Amino acid sequence: MTNVSIMTFNILSILPILILAGFGMIVLLIDVLSSRKFREKNLLAYVSLIGIVIAGISVRNSTGTTLFSFHETFTIDNYSLFFNFIFLLCTGLTILISHSYIKREEINHGEYYALLMFSTIGMMLMASGADLLNIYVGLEVMSISIYILTGFKRSKLISNEASLKYFLLGAFSTGFLLYGIAVIYGSTGTIHLKQIASFIASKGGISDPLLLMGMGLIIIGLGFKVASVPFHAWVPDVYEGAPTAITAFMSVGPKAAGFAAFLRIFMTAFGSTHYEWQKIIFVLAVMTMTLGNVVAIAQTNIKRMLAYSSIAHAGYLLIALVSANNMGISGTLFYLLAYIFMNIGAFAIVIVLSHKDDEFIQINDYAGLGFKHPLLAIAMTLFMFSMAGVPPMAGFVGKFYIFSAAIKSGYVGLAVIGVINSVISVYYYLRITVIMYMKEPTREFTPLTISPLIVAAIVISVIGTLHLGIFPAKVMEIAQQSILILK
Amino acid sequence: MPILTLITFLPIIGALFILSIDSKRSELIRVTALLVSIVVFFISLPLYVTFDAHTYEMQFVEKLQWIPSFGIHYHVGIDGISLFLILLTTFITPISILASWHIVRHVKEYMIAMLVLETGMIGVFISLDLFLFYVFWELMLIPMYLLIGIWGGPRRIYAAVKFFIYTMAGSVFMLLAIIALYFLNHKATGEYTFNLLEFYRLDLSFAVQFWLFLAFAFAFAIKVPMFPFHTWLPDAHVEAPTAGSVILAGVLLKMGTYGFVRFCLPMFPEASHAFIPVISWMAIVGIIYGALVAMVQDDMKKLVAYSSVSHLGFVMLGIFAFNIQGIEGGITQMINHGLSTGRSSL
Repeated sequence: MTNVSIMTFNILSILPILILAGFGMIVLLIDVLSSRKFREKNLLAYVSLIGIVIAGISVRNSTGTTLFSFHETFTIDNYSLFFNFIFLLCTGLTILISHSYIKREEINHGEYYALLMFSTIGMMLMASGADLLNIYVGLEVMSISIYILTGFKRSKLISNEASLKYFLLGAFSTGFLLYGIAVIYGSTGTIHLKQIASFIASKGGISDPLLLMGMGLIIIGLGFKVASVPFHAWVPDVYEGAPTAITAFMSVGPKAAGFAAFLRIFMTAFGSTHYEWQKIIFVLAVMTMTLGNVVAIAQTNIKRMLAYSSIAHAGYLLIALVSANNMGISGTLFYLLAYIFMNIGAFAIVIVLSHKDDEFIQINDYAGLGFKHPLLAIAMTLFMFSMAGVPPMAGFVGKFYIFSAAIKSGYVGLAVIGVINSVISVYYYLRITVIMYMKEPTREFTPLTISPLIVAAIVISVIGTLHLGIFPAKVMEIAQQSILILK
Repeated sequence: MPILTLITFLPIIGALFILSIDSKRSELIRVTALLVSIVVFFISLPLYVTFDAHTYEMQFVEKLQWIPSFGIHYHVGIDGISLFLILLTTFITPISILASWHIVRHVKEYMIAMLVLETGMIGVFISLDLFLFYVFWELMLIPMYLLIGIWGGPRRIYAAVKFFIYTMAGSVFMLLAIIALYFLNHKATGEYTFNLLEFYRLDLSFAVQFWLFLAFAFAFAIKVPMFPFHTWLPDAHVEAPTAGSVILAGVLLKMGTYGFVRFCLPMFPEASHAFIPVISWMAIVGIIYGALVAMVQDDMKKLVAYSSVSHLGFVMLGIFAFNIQGIEGGITQMINHGLSTGRSSL
């Protein structure tokens, strides 16, 4: 007789995930059962949004609790809840900016929304995973959905190319991640983060080179997902080829999920041996910021420019990881939230101004926008200044937070490199405003791809960007409480 | 009555109001902007009347929690140094708005930029919390950049971008120095705060003072502008619309010298003392060089720009003479220069 232990799990802990999965299925069902004409209406977008909101409410209701499920491999705590909120916000905003876009591009299929939600499930799993394998499974669920979404414009060659590139390189990088997990298991005999930590503590540090190798492989795997240099080569092409709404989603969601996993693994499992990995991340951070910012200057296509800018922002976030203190971790949470608003907001405006098949996405196509559509231009200006880190916008507070964390841990040099990079980035963000306000228009802007939903997304983003910039106190406190569980 | 808050935020409220006016009604927009700025000027007058000249303490102090987890406050107050600079600002803004009555292109956006600029400028002079100070310091960049870039002369884009990047490059290091002070203060007193008055009491070693002074001085020297960081000024000054030049020469440049008096000298006295030779030489070169270059200009605006480099050299020399007469002279010269250059730009 062998003892068979039955998995225990608390339904509450996976409620948001169940809700999203349920709504994803419903969307698919409606899509299959309804007529083509019916689909043209916005029903699917609304159903998905309702799903996001309900999942959000269930996340909200679980705050303050700490639940474990599946043999303590899955955990709901304030940390994962904060990230769940980030993911839901990101997906919600993406749905808002998608619906008129996918109509324009004639890719209005139900799978689109379903895949977005499935990808969100993967992200939630990543943030909640308390062992390496769960994080890996979450990463795969997230990635596979996004591979498909990247190639969603299936009749367009550029979209197919992007999808294939992302898939091949992504599969390669998850190979590294999985191999890293295997190596760590071989060395410590466990994949549970807390047990890895106690194993390291019992040995008084990392003495096994195998464990170091596993750590390095995990850095490679996750570094790919957050688009850090030198694992960034896929980013520009994939961001350019993917449907613009998916580019917006991709530049925020998987990045946030990657950092969620990064922080949990490195603070919980390897937190006591931070001196082992800080140097590596230090180098990655410097390379990522610098390459992202310098190459962004040379871009003429706004999607590519935002792609490189998103690489640069990953670099700033890595600074927070290097500092490895509470301020840095809560700073990451704050920064990611701010980044959602400013980045998805910017992409929303790119969508509004472009025409079918990505016509008018050159930066020069924005000439004269400032006085033709003043409100759109003001919103874009806010997002650009926010990303450049000019107060009183959210991006400034985020950068302030992260640089403070670096100085607190004594990484003054890194903070100096960070601010020099901010100044470099000002040049290309400023160029958008130069072209919008100080050049004569070269084209007619009509017709705009505009709908109440996308306007709502822009308004939410503007409010979020300003609110986090002027009244950041509340969110900071929540972020600071959310990370206490990691140590 | 919270006068300082009122004069700081009234302009931005006026700007929001103008945002709601139809852009075709340019006359209404002009009048509204002028009215707002005149009201601000009159509200600021009681500051002078009720100002108590017998104390060095900060007056009209307002202090509210802003970001408690970082110990950041909305903390404002003025003393004799800032009083006149505030009056200068509230006085010059309505005049600049009057001087730009002839602007016909995008009047609405122009007036909004003017009013936001006023908020930023006043904010810089009243902040007693370094985080708040930095926010205003940068906030003021955006409207000035737009003023030069949209309504400026033929080389306006170059001048605007140069202005923005120069100032930004200087100020980010100041941001790091502010953060460093924050942690140093915590180490010394156990309290997390950005309060300037607390930082005054810090006892810093010379090496620390040296680096922090450099970071602050770099930001302020660009703003003053001291030789050899002055090259943005002639460009910005020449290309800016007239009212922009008035504000630039009249108020913006004073922020640099104000910064030296308010922050560098009291917080890093030993380092400032050690830097006297360097700063004095820079100031003297600026005085002579600025004057010589001004002599050969046939463009009036360029002349004013270079003469400003020269005049502010005098201010800096006065401040770094390190005695009461010198600093008083420097401050008086700041106001003088603000009034007279403002006028000569018109």
